[in-house]
Amino acid sequence: MTEALSVDLAETSLRDLHATLHALPKDTNRTLWRVRNPRGKHSVAVGLDAPISLRIEGHVGYYAAGMNARASVLIDGNAGPGVAENMMSGKVRVRGDASQSAGASGRGGLLVIEGNAGARCGISMKGIDIVVRGSVGHLSAFMAQEGFLVVGGDAGEALGDSLYEARLFVRGRVASLGADCEEKPIRPEDRAALENLLERAGFSELRAGDFRMYGSARRLYHFHVDNASAY
Amino acid sequence: MCGITGLFLKNPERRGELGRLTAGMLTTLSDRGPDSAGFAVYGEAAPDALKLTLRLPRGADANALAAALGRRLGADIPVTVHDDHAVLAIPVAQEAAARAALSAIAPEARIVGAGRRMELYKGVGLPAEVAARFGLPSMAGSHAIGHTRMATESAVTTAGAHPFSTGADQCLVHNGSLSNHNAVRRMLAREGMRFETENDTEVAAGYLSWRLAQGARLDEALRATLSDLDGFYTFVVGTESGFAVLRDPVACKPAVMAETDDYVAFGTEYRALVDLPDIERAHLFEPEPQRVYFWEHRE
Repeated sequence: MTEALSVDLAETSLRDLHATLHALPKDTNRTLWRVRNPRGKHSVAVGLDAPISLRIEGHVGYYAAGMNARASVLIDGNAGPGVAENMMSGKVRVRGDASQSAGASGRGGLLVIEGNAGARCGISMKGIDIVVRGSVGHLSAFMAQEGFLVVGGDAGEALGDSLYEARLFVRGRVASLGADCEEKPIRPEDRAALENLLERAGFSELRAGDFRMYGSARRLYHFHVDNASAY
Repeated sequence: MCGITGLFLKNPERRGELGRLTAGMLTTLSDRGPDSAGFAVYGEAAPDALKLTLRLPRGADANALAAALGRRLGADIPVTVHDDHAVLAIPVAQEAAARAALSAIAPEARIVGAGRRMELYKGVGLPAEVAARFGLPSMAGSHAIGHTRMATESAVTTAGAHPFSTGADQCLVHNGSLSNHNAVRRMLAREGMRFETENDTEVAAGYLSWRLAQGARLDEALRATLSDLDGFYTFVVGTESGFAVLRDPVACKPAVMAETDDYVAFGTEYRALVDLPDIERAHLFEPEPQRVYFWEHRE
Protein backbone atom coordinates (compact mmCIF):
# COMPACT_ATOMS: atom_id res chain seq x y z
CA MET A 1 0.00 0.00 0.00
CA THR A 2 1.34 3.40 -0.95
CA GLU A 3 1.72 5.98 1.76
CA ALA A 4 -0.44 9.08 1.32
CA LEU A 5 1.33 12.31 0.44
CA SER A 6 0.65 14.68 3.31
CA VAL A 7 0.20 18.45 3.23
CA ASP A 8 -0.12 20.38 6.49
CA LEU A 9 -2.04 23.63 6.00
CA ALA A 10 -0.50 24.94 9.23
CA GLU A 11 2.80 25.02 7.33
CA THR A 12 1.87 25.12 3.65
CA SER A 13 -0.26 27.84 2.10
CA LEU A 14 -3.50 26.94 0.39
CA ARG A 15 -2.12 28.44 -2.81
CA ASP A 16 0.91 26.13 -2.71
CA LEU A 17 -1.32 23.12 -2.04
CA HIS A 18 -3.47 23.96 -5.04
CA ALA A 19 -0.48 24.69 -7.28
CA THR A 20 0.79 21.19 -6.48
CA LEU A 21 -2.53 19.46 -6.98
CA HIS A 22 -3.41 21.33 -10.16
CA ALA A 23 -0.04 20.47 -11.70
CA LEU A 24 -0.64 16.72 -11.37
CA PRO A 25 -0.76 15.06 -14.80
CA LYS A 26 -3.99 13.33 -15.76
CA ASP A 27 -2.33 9.94 -15.42
CA THR A 28 -0.50 10.73 -12.18
CA ASN A 29 0.54 7.90 -9.94
CA ARG A 30 0.69 10.20 -6.93
CA THR A 31 -2.91 9.36 -6.19
CA LEU A 32 -3.15 9.31 -2.40
CA TRP A 33 -3.21 12.60 -0.50
CA ARG A 34 -4.06 13.85 2.94
CA VAL A 35 -4.53 17.45 4.01
CA ARG A 36 -4.10 18.26 7.69
CA ASN A 37 -5.14 21.28 9.77
CA PRO A 38 -7.74 22.82 7.44
CA ARG A 39 -9.08 24.82 10.45
CA GLY A 40 -12.17 25.98 8.63
CA LYS A 41 -10.28 27.52 5.71
CA HIS A 42 -12.23 28.39 2.60
CA SER A 43 -11.83 26.82 -0.85
CA VAL A 44 -9.79 23.82 0.27
CA ALA A 45 -9.15 21.34 -2.59
CA VAL A 46 -11.04 23.28 -5.24
CA GLY A 47 -10.61 22.72 -8.95
CA LEU A 48 -9.08 19.24 -8.77
CA ASP A 49 -8.94 17.49 -12.14
CA ALA A 50 -7.04 14.25 -11.66
CA PRO A 51 -8.00 10.74 -10.51
CA ILE A 52 -6.65 11.16 -6.99
CA SER A 53 -8.02 10.38 -3.52
CA LEU A 54 -7.69 13.22 -1.07
CA ARG A 55 -8.65 13.14 2.57
CA ILE A 56 -9.12 16.42 4.45
CA GLU A 57 -8.64 15.85 8.16
CA GLY A 58 -10.88 18.38 9.89
CA HIS A 59 -13.59 20.96 9.30
CA VAL A 60 -13.53 23.15 6.20
CA GLY A 61 -15.08 26.53 5.34
CA TYR A 62 -16.77 27.69 2.15
CA TYR A 63 -16.64 25.93 -1.23
CA ALA A 64 -14.53 22.92 -0.26
CA ALA A 65 -13.91 20.60 -3.22
CA GLY A 66 -15.72 23.04 -5.50
CA MET A 67 -15.57 22.39 -9.26
CA ASN A 68 -14.24 18.91 -8.57
CA ALA A 69 -13.57 16.68 -11.56
CA ARG A 70 -12.52 13.01 -11.32
CA ALA A 71 -11.03 13.27 -7.84
CA SER A 72 -12.43 11.53 -4.79
CA VAL A 73 -12.42 13.89 -1.81
CA LEU A 74 -13.22 12.84 1.75
CA ILE A 75 -13.88 15.62 4.26
CA ASP A 76 -13.39 14.11 7.70
CA GLY A 77 -15.36 16.83 9.47
CA ASN A 78 -18.03 19.41 8.73
CA ALA A 79 -18.21 21.54 5.60
CA GLY A 80 -19.22 25.19 5.30
CA PRO A 81 -21.43 26.72 2.60
CA GLY A 82 -21.18 25.48 -0.98
CA VAL A 83 -19.33 22.21 -0.53
CA ALA A 84 -18.71 20.55 -3.93
CA GLU A 85 -20.41 23.43 -5.69
CA ASN A 86 -20.31 23.06 -9.45
CA MET A 87 -18.84 19.56 -9.25
CA MET A 88 -18.28 18.06 -12.71
CA SER A 89 -17.43 14.44 -11.86
CA GLY A 90 -15.78 12.33 -9.17
CA LYS A 91 -16.93 11.96 -5.60
CA VAL A 92 -17.06 14.12 -2.50
CA ARG A 93 -17.98 12.68 0.88
CA VAL A 94 -18.58 14.72 4.05
CA ARG A 95 -18.35 12.73 7.27
CA GLY A 96 -20.12 15.40 9.33
CA ASP A 97 -22.69 18.05 8.49
CA ALA A 98 -22.70 20.45 5.56
CA SER A 99 -23.90 24.05 5.65
CA GLN A 100 -26.09 25.70 3.04
CA SER A 101 -25.94 25.26 -0.75
CA ALA A 102 -24.22 21.88 -0.70
CA GLY A 103 -23.66 20.64 -4.25
CA ALA A 104 -24.99 23.88 -5.75
CA SER A 105 -25.06 23.93 -9.57
CA GLY A 106 -23.25 20.59 -9.77
CA ARG A 107 -23.09 19.03 -13.22
CA GLY A 108 -21.97 15.52 -12.38
CA GLY A 109 -20.37 13.23 -9.84
CA LEU A 110 -21.64 12.10 -6.45
CA LEU A 111 -21.82 14.13 -3.24
CA VAL A 112 -22.45 12.13 -0.07
CA ILE A 113 -23.17 13.83 3.26
CA GLU A 114 -23.21 11.49 6.24
CA GLY A 115 -24.75 14.07 8.59
CA ASN A 116 -27.30 16.78 7.81
CA ALA A 117 -27.20 19.44 5.13
CA GLY A 118 -28.44 23.00 5.65
CA ALA A 119 -30.67 25.17 3.49
CA ARG A 120 -30.66 25.11 -0.31
CA CYS A 121 -28.98 21.72 -0.66
CA GLY A 122 -28.72 20.94 -4.37
CA ILE A 123 -29.84 24.40 -5.46
CA SER A 124 -29.77 24.58 -9.27
CA MET A 125 -28.24 21.11 -9.52
CA LYS A 126 -27.64 20.17 -13.14
CA GLY A 127 -26.71 16.51 -13.14
CA ILE A 128 -24.89 15.92 -9.86
CA ASP A 129 -26.28 13.21 -7.57
CA ILE A 130 -26.52 14.09 -3.88
CA VAL A 131 -27.17 11.59 -1.08
CA VAL A 132 -27.70 12.97 2.43
CA ARG A 133 -27.96 10.48 5.27
CA GLY A 134 -29.68 13.00 7.56
CA SER A 135 -32.01 15.89 6.82
CA VAL A 136 -31.85 18.88 4.49
CA GLY A 137 -32.95 22.47 5.15
CA HIS A 138 -35.42 24.75 3.41
CA LEU A 139 -35.47 25.41 -0.33
CA SER A 140 -33.46 22.33 -1.16
CA ALA A 141 -33.32 21.46 -4.88
CA PHE A 142 -34.53 24.97 -5.71
CA MET A 143 -34.61 25.20 -9.54
CA ALA A 144 -32.91 21.81 -9.75
CA GLN A 145 -32.58 20.74 -13.37
CA GLU A 146 -31.11 17.26 -13.48
CA GLY A 147 -29.79 14.58 -11.15
CA PHE A 148 -31.02 12.87 -8.00
CA LEU A 149 -31.27 14.27 -4.49
CA VAL A 150 -31.72 11.53 -1.89
CA VAL A 151 -32.56 12.50 1.68
CA GLY A 152 -32.48 9.87 4.41
CA GLY A 153 -34.14 12.17 6.95
CA ASP A 154 -36.56 15.07 6.60
CA ALA A 155 -36.73 17.96 4.14
CA GLY A 156 -37.38 21.59 5.13
CA GLU A 157 -39.87 24.04 3.67
CA ALA A 158 -40.38 24.55 -0.07
CA LEU A 159 -38.65 21.41 -1.28
CA GLY A 160 -38.06 21.47 -5.03
CA ASP A 161 -39.39 24.96 -5.61
CA SER A 162 -39.47 25.80 -9.35
CA LEU A 163 -38.08 22.38 -10.11
CA TYR A 164 -37.11 21.19 -13.57
CA GLU A 165 -36.21 17.56 -14.20
CA ALA A 166 -34.27 16.53 -11.10
CA ARG A 167 -35.73 13.67 -9.02
CA LEU A 168 -36.00 14.01 -5.26
CA PHE A 169 -36.29 11.08 -2.86
CA VAL A 170 -37.14 11.73 0.78
CA ARG A 171 -37.46 9.05 3.44
CA GLY A 172 -38.84 11.24 6.24
CA ARG A 173 -41.22 14.16 6.47
CA VAL A 174 -41.34 16.99 3.95
CA ALA A 175 -42.23 20.28 5.68
CA SER A 176 -43.74 21.62 2.47
CA LEU A 177 -43.33 21.34 -1.29
CA GLY A 178 -42.27 24.37 -3.29
CA ALA A 179 -44.08 25.78 -6.31
CA ASP A 180 -44.62 23.23 -9.06
CA CYS A 181 -43.16 20.31 -7.10
CA GLU A 182 -45.35 17.26 -6.59
CA GLU A 183 -45.14 13.69 -5.41
CA LYS A 184 -44.69 11.19 -8.24
CA PRO A 185 -45.28 7.47 -8.52
CA ILE A 186 -41.99 5.58 -8.34
CA ARG A 187 -41.32 3.69 -11.58
CA PRO A 188 -39.01 0.65 -11.64
CA GLU A 189 -36.20 2.67 -13.22
CA ASP A 190 -36.49 5.33 -10.47
CA ARG A 191 -36.30 2.66 -7.81
CA ALA A 192 -33.29 1.08 -9.48
CA ALA A 193 -31.54 4.47 -9.58
CA LEU A 194 -32.32 5.05 -5.90
CA GLU A 195 -31.02 1.61 -4.89
CA ASN A 196 -27.87 2.21 -6.88
CA LEU A 197 -27.27 5.56 -5.19
CA LEU A 198 -27.88 4.19 -1.69
CA GLU A 199 -25.39 1.43 -2.38
CA ARG A 200 -22.76 3.77 -3.80
CA ALA A 201 -23.22 6.09 -0.83
CA GLY A 202 -22.72 3.16 1.54
CA PHE A 203 -26.12 3.54 3.20
CA SER A 204 -27.25 -0.03 2.74
CA GLU A 205 -29.28 0.18 5.98
CA LEU A 206 -31.74 2.46 4.17
CA ARG A 207 -34.43 0.64 2.20
CA ALA A 208 -35.54 2.08 -1.12
CA GLY A 209 -39.12 1.11 -0.33
CA ASP A 210 -39.22 3.66 2.54
CA PHE A 211 -38.72 6.67 0.25
CA ARG A 212 -41.23 8.83 -1.57
CA MET A 213 -40.36 10.59 -4.79
CA TYR A 214 -41.00 14.17 -5.85
CA GLY A 215 -40.57 15.85 -9.20
CA SER A 216 -41.76 18.69 -11.37
CA ALA A 217 -45.43 19.10 -12.18
CA ARG A 218 -44.17 20.90 -15.31
CA ARG A 219 -46.80 23.63 -15.03
CA LEU A 220 -44.31 26.41 -14.43
CA TYR A 221 -41.46 26.12 -16.83
CA HIS A 222 -43.27 26.04 -20.13
CA PHE A 223 -44.33 29.40 -21.44
CA HIS A 224 -48.08 29.68 -21.27
CA VAL A 225 -49.71 32.26 -23.48
CA ASP A 226 -52.32 33.06 -20.82
CA ASN A 227 -49.46 34.44 -18.69
CA ALA A 228 -48.11 36.73 -21.42
CA SER A 229 -49.38 39.84 -19.71
CA ALA A 230 -47.33 39.01 -16.62
CA TYR A 231 -44.04 39.62 -18.44
CA MET B 1 -21.12 40.87 4.91
CA CYS B 2 -20.16 41.22 8.56
CA GLY B 3 -18.75 39.00 11.26
CA ILE B 4 -20.25 38.15 14.62
CA THR B 5 -18.72 36.53 17.67
CA GLY B 6 -20.38 35.44 20.85
CA LEU B 7 -18.83 33.68 23.81
CA PHE B 8 -20.80 32.64 26.87
CA LEU B 9 -18.73 31.00 29.58
CA LYS B 10 -20.45 28.31 31.59
CA ASN B 11 -17.33 27.60 33.61
CA PRO B 12 -16.51 30.61 35.88
CA GLU B 13 -12.87 29.54 36.00
CA ARG B 14 -12.50 30.63 32.39
CA ARG B 15 -13.68 34.22 32.99
CA GLY B 16 -10.15 35.59 32.89
CA GLU B 17 -9.79 34.30 29.30
CA LEU B 18 -12.94 35.97 27.94
CA GLY B 19 -11.25 39.03 26.43
CA ARG B 20 -8.33 37.16 24.94
CA LEU B 21 -10.58 34.58 23.28
CA THR B 22 -12.99 37.22 21.98
CA ALA B 23 -10.13 39.30 20.57
CA GLY B 24 -8.88 36.24 18.69
CA MET B 25 -12.31 35.55 17.23
CA LEU B 26 -12.73 39.17 16.11
CA THR B 27 -9.30 39.18 14.50
CA THR B 28 -10.12 36.08 12.46
CA LEU B 29 -13.34 37.71 11.26
CA SER B 30 -11.50 40.80 9.93
CA ASP B 31 -12.00 39.40 6.42
CA ARG B 32 -15.75 39.77 6.85
CA GLY B 33 -15.66 43.23 8.38
CA PRO B 34 -12.49 45.28 8.08
CA ASP B 35 -13.96 48.78 8.47
CA SER B 36 -14.90 48.84 12.14
CA ALA B 37 -15.40 46.62 15.14
CA GLY B 38 -16.99 46.61 18.54
CA PHE B 39 -17.74 44.40 21.48
CA ALA B 40 -19.67 44.26 24.73
CA VAL B 41 -18.14 42.59 27.76
CA TYR B 42 -20.21 41.52 30.74
CA GLY B 43 -17.89 41.81 33.73
CA GLU B 44 -18.32 42.03 37.45
CA ALA B 45 -21.12 44.16 38.86
CA ALA B 46 -20.21 46.55 41.69
CA PRO B 47 -22.74 46.91 44.53
CA ASP B 48 -25.28 49.65 43.85
CA ALA B 49 -23.32 50.87 40.84
CA LEU B 50 -24.34 51.36 37.24
CA LYS B 51 -21.63 51.38 34.59
CA LEU B 52 -21.91 54.08 31.97
CA THR B 53 -19.63 53.54 28.99
CA LEU B 54 -18.81 56.91 27.43
CA ARG B 55 -17.13 57.68 24.17
CA LEU B 56 -15.17 60.92 24.47
CA PRO B 57 -13.56 63.22 21.93
CA ARG B 58 -9.83 62.62 21.37
CA GLY B 59 -7.78 64.20 24.12
CA ALA B 60 -10.66 64.62 26.56
CA ASP B 61 -9.73 64.09 30.20
CA ALA B 62 -11.94 61.29 31.51
CA ASN B 63 -10.61 61.58 35.05
CA ALA B 64 -11.45 65.29 35.22
CA LEU B 65 -14.89 64.51 33.80
CA ALA B 66 -15.50 61.86 36.48
CA ALA B 67 -14.37 64.29 39.18
CA ALA B 68 -16.71 67.00 37.86
CA LEU B 69 -19.57 64.53 37.70
CA GLY B 70 -18.77 63.38 41.21
CA ARG B 71 -18.99 66.92 42.53
CA ARG B 72 -22.41 67.31 40.89
CA LEU B 73 -23.71 64.04 42.30
CA GLY B 74 -21.99 64.33 45.64
CA ALA B 75 -20.39 60.93 45.21
CA ASP B 76 -17.06 59.41 44.36
CA ILE B 77 -17.19 58.18 40.73
CA PRO B 78 -14.67 55.44 39.91
CA VAL B 79 -13.49 55.65 36.31
CA THR B 80 -11.53 53.33 34.05
CA VAL B 81 -10.17 54.66 30.78
CA HIS B 82 -9.85 52.52 27.64
CA ASP B 83 -8.50 54.68 24.81
CA ASP B 84 -11.30 57.11 23.88
CA HIS B 85 -13.87 55.23 25.97
CA ALA B 86 -14.32 55.57 29.72
CA VAL B 87 -16.44 53.52 32.08
CA LEU B 88 -17.92 55.50 34.96
CA ALA B 89 -19.43 53.64 37.89
CA ILE B 90 -22.25 55.87 39.09
CA PRO B 91 -24.64 55.24 41.99
CA VAL B 92 -27.48 53.23 40.49
CA ALA B 93 -30.13 55.47 42.07
CA GLN B 94 -28.66 58.55 40.40
CA GLU B 95 -28.76 57.46 36.76
CA ALA B 96 -31.13 60.20 35.60
CA ALA B 97 -29.20 62.87 37.47
CA ALA B 98 -25.92 61.59 36.08
CA ARG B 99 -27.21 61.63 32.49
CA ALA B 100 -28.51 65.17 32.94
CA ALA B 101 -25.24 66.31 34.51
CA LEU B 102 -23.18 64.69 31.73
CA SER B 103 -25.16 66.39 29.00
CA ALA B 104 -24.48 69.70 30.76
CA ILE B 105 -20.79 69.31 31.59
CA ALA B 106 -19.71 67.11 28.66
CA PRO B 107 -22.21 67.53 25.81
CA GLU B 108 -19.72 66.06 23.36
CA ALA B 109 -19.54 62.75 25.27
CA ARG B 110 -21.71 59.93 23.96
CA ILE B 111 -23.14 57.33 26.31
CA VAL B 112 -22.74 54.16 24.25
CA GLY B 113 -23.98 51.73 26.86
CA ALA B 114 -25.27 51.45 30.39
CA GLY B 115 -25.69 48.51 32.67
CA ARG B 116 -24.85 46.78 35.90
CA ARG B 117 -22.34 44.55 34.12
CA MET B 118 -22.09 45.55 30.48
CA GLU B 119 -19.24 47.63 29.09
CA LEU B 120 -19.38 48.48 25.40
CA TYR B 121 -16.59 49.56 23.08
CA LYS B 122 -16.53 50.27 19.37
CA GLY B 123 -14.41 52.06 16.87
CA VAL B 124 -13.35 52.43 13.26
CA GLY B 125 -10.39 50.36 12.07
CA LEU B 126 -9.27 46.79 11.64
CA PRO B 127 -10.77 44.56 14.34
CA ALA B 128 -7.37 43.55 15.72
CA GLU B 129 -6.40 47.21 16.11
CA VAL B 130 -9.72 48.13 17.69
CA ALA B 131 -9.44 45.24 20.16
CA ALA B 132 -5.85 46.21 21.07
CA ARG B 133 -6.70 49.90 21.45
CA PHE B 134 -9.32 49.12 24.08
CA GLY B 135 -7.27 46.43 25.80
CA LEU B 136 -9.83 43.70 25.09
CA PRO B 137 -7.36 40.80 25.51
CA SER B 138 -7.00 41.52 29.25
CA MET B 139 -10.73 41.98 29.95
CA ALA B 140 -12.57 39.40 32.03
CA GLY B 141 -16.21 38.51 32.33
CA SER B 142 -18.95 35.92 31.95
CA HIS B 143 -19.91 36.60 28.34
CA ALA B 144 -19.10 38.86 25.44
CA ILE B 145 -20.46 39.57 22.00
CA GLY B 146 -18.55 41.22 19.20
CA HIS B 147 -18.87 42.40 15.64
CA THR B 148 -16.70 43.18 12.65
CA ARG B 149 -18.40 45.48 10.20
CA MET B 150 -18.50 45.85 6.43
CA ALA B 151 -20.96 48.71 6.14
CA THR B 152 -23.84 48.47 3.68
CA GLU B 153 -26.77 50.44 5.10
CA SER B 154 -25.10 53.48 6.65
CA ALA B 155 -21.76 55.26 6.89
CA VAL B 156 -18.48 53.90 8.28
CA THR B 157 -18.41 55.79 11.56
CA THR B 158 -17.87 54.85 15.17
CA ALA B 159 -21.55 55.55 15.82
CA GLY B 160 -22.50 53.14 13.04
CA ALA B 161 -20.35 50.33 14.42
CA HIS B 162 -21.93 47.55 16.45
CA PRO B 163 -22.94 46.56 19.10
CA PHE B 164 -25.93 48.83 19.60
CA SER B 165 -27.36 49.25 23.05
CA THR B 166 -30.78 50.68 23.64
CA GLY B 167 -31.50 49.41 27.13
CA ALA B 168 -29.66 48.66 30.35
CA ASP B 169 -27.32 45.69 29.91
CA GLN B 170 -28.89 45.00 26.51
CA CYS B 171 -26.95 45.02 23.30
CA LEU B 172 -27.27 43.60 19.84
CA VAL B 173 -25.03 42.81 16.90
CA HIS B 174 -26.33 42.08 13.45
CA ASN B 175 -25.14 40.48 10.24
CA GLY B 176 -27.40 41.39 7.36
CA SER B 177 -29.54 44.33 6.37
CA LEU B 178 -33.07 45.34 7.29
CA SER B 179 -35.36 46.69 4.59
CA ASN B 180 -38.16 48.16 6.72
CA HIS B 181 -36.03 49.91 9.35
CA ASN B 182 -37.29 53.39 8.49
CA ALA B 183 -40.91 52.41 9.06
CA VAL B 184 -40.07 50.59 12.29
CA ARG B 185 -37.97 53.55 13.47
CA ARG B 186 -40.95 55.88 12.93
CA MET B 187 -43.23 53.51 14.81
CA LEU B 188 -40.79 53.29 17.73
CA ALA B 189 -40.29 57.06 17.72
CA ARG B 190 -44.04 57.45 18.17
CA GLU B 191 -43.70 55.10 21.12
CA GLY B 192 -41.17 57.49 22.62
CA MET B 193 -37.88 55.83 21.69
CA ARG B 194 -34.96 57.96 20.56
CA PHE B 195 -32.35 56.91 18.02
CA GLU B 196 -28.82 58.19 17.64
CA THR B 197 -28.14 57.09 14.04
CA GLU B 198 -29.73 56.22 10.70
CA ASN B 199 -28.47 52.67 11.12
CA ASP B 200 -30.80 49.69 10.57
CA THR B 201 -29.30 47.67 13.41
CA GLU B 202 -30.02 50.38 15.96
CA VAL B 203 -33.68 49.98 15.03
CA ALA B 204 -33.51 46.25 15.70
CA ALA B 205 -31.92 46.92 19.09
CA GLY B 206 -34.56 49.54 19.83
CA TYR B 207 -37.32 47.17 18.80
CA LEU B 208 -36.11 44.53 21.26
CA SER B 209 -35.76 47.09 24.07
CA TRP B 210 -39.30 48.27 23.36
CA ARG B 211 -40.69 44.73 23.51
CA LEU B 212 -38.73 43.99 26.69
CA ALA B 213 -39.99 47.21 28.29
CA GLN B 214 -43.52 46.00 27.52
CA GLY B 215 -42.82 42.93 29.62
CA ALA B 216 -41.83 40.39 26.97
CA ARG B 217 -39.17 37.83 27.80
CA LEU B 218 -36.09 37.99 25.57
CA ASP B 219 -37.14 34.91 23.60
CA GLU B 220 -40.62 36.39 23.04
CA ALA B 221 -39.16 39.72 21.95
CA LEU B 222 -36.85 37.98 19.49
CA ARG B 223 -39.63 35.82 18.12
CA ALA B 224 -41.68 38.97 17.46
CA THR B 225 -38.91 40.30 15.18
CA LEU B 226 -39.76 37.47 12.78
CA SER B 227 -43.03 39.14 11.90
CA ASP B 228 -42.10 42.81 12.40
CA LEU B 229 -38.59 43.12 10.93
CA ASP B 230 -38.09 42.52 7.23
CA GLY B 231 -34.73 41.76 5.68
CA PHE B 232 -31.73 39.58 6.27
CA TYR B 233 -30.44 39.08 9.74
CA THR B 234 -28.56 36.98 12.13
CA PHE B 235 -28.89 38.63 15.54
CA VAL B 236 -26.79 37.93 18.60
CA VAL B 237 -28.10 39.64 21.71
CA GLY B 238 -26.48 40.12 25.10
CA THR B 239 -28.29 40.68 28.37
CA GLU B 240 -27.04 41.00 31.93
CA SER B 241 -27.18 37.27 32.47
CA GLY B 242 -27.29 35.67 29.06
CA PHE B 243 -27.06 35.69 25.33
CA ALA B 244 -29.38 34.76 22.51
CA VAL B 245 -29.20 33.98 18.80
CA LEU B 246 -31.80 34.28 16.04
CA ARG B 247 -31.57 33.83 12.26
CA ASP B 248 -34.20 35.09 9.84
CA PRO B 249 -36.39 32.57 7.96
CA VAL B 250 -34.32 32.69 4.76
CA ALA B 251 -31.06 32.34 6.72
CA CYS B 252 -28.63 33.48 4.01
CA LYS B 253 -26.20 34.74 6.61
CA PRO B 254 -23.91 32.00 7.84
CA ALA B 255 -23.70 30.96 11.47
CA VAL B 256 -21.93 28.23 13.42
CA MET B 257 -22.19 27.40 17.09
CA ALA B 258 -20.01 25.32 19.37
CA GLU B 259 -20.86 24.02 22.81
CA THR B 260 -18.71 22.33 25.43
CA ASP B 261 -19.04 21.89 29.19
CA ASP B 262 -17.13 25.19 29.56
CA TYR B 263 -18.78 27.50 27.01
CA VAL B 264 -21.19 28.21 24.20
CA ALA B 265 -19.70 30.10 21.27
CA PHE B 266 -21.12 31.72 18.18
CA GLY B 267 -19.15 32.49 15.04
CA THR B 268 -20.21 33.67 11.62
CA GLU B 269 -17.71 31.16 10.31
CA TYR B 270 -16.15 28.12 11.92
CA ARG B 271 -12.72 29.70 11.37
CA ALA B 272 -13.51 32.11 14.19
CA LEU B 273 -13.87 29.23 16.65
CA VAL B 274 -10.77 27.20 15.90
CA ASP B 275 -8.65 28.57 18.75
CA LEU B 276 -11.26 28.06 21.47
CA PRO B 277 -10.34 25.55 24.18
CA ASP B 278 -11.14 21.92 23.34
CA ILE B 279 -12.86 22.93 20.10
CA GLU B 280 -12.04 19.46 18.72
CA ARG B 281 -14.45 17.98 21.24
CA ALA B 282 -17.15 20.66 21.01
CA HIS B 283 -20.65 19.93 19.77
CA LEU B 284 -20.80 21.93 16.53
CA PHE B 285 -24.08 22.91 14.92
CA GLU B 286 -25.66 25.40 12.59
CA PRO B 287 -28.47 27.28 14.34
CA GLU B 288 -31.78 26.69 12.57
CA PRO B 289 -33.66 29.57 10.98
CA GLN B 290 -36.50 31.15 12.98
CA ARG B 291 -35.47 29.41 16.17
CA VAL B 292 -34.47 31.40 19.24
CA TYR B 293 -31.42 30.03 21.05
CA PHE B 294 -30.88 31.35 24.55
CA TRP B 295 -28.36 30.68 27.30
CA GLU B 296 -28.51 32.26 30.72
CA HIS B 297 -26.47 32.32 33.92
CA ARG B 298 -28.54 31.54 36.97
CA GLU B 299 -26.91 33.04 40.01
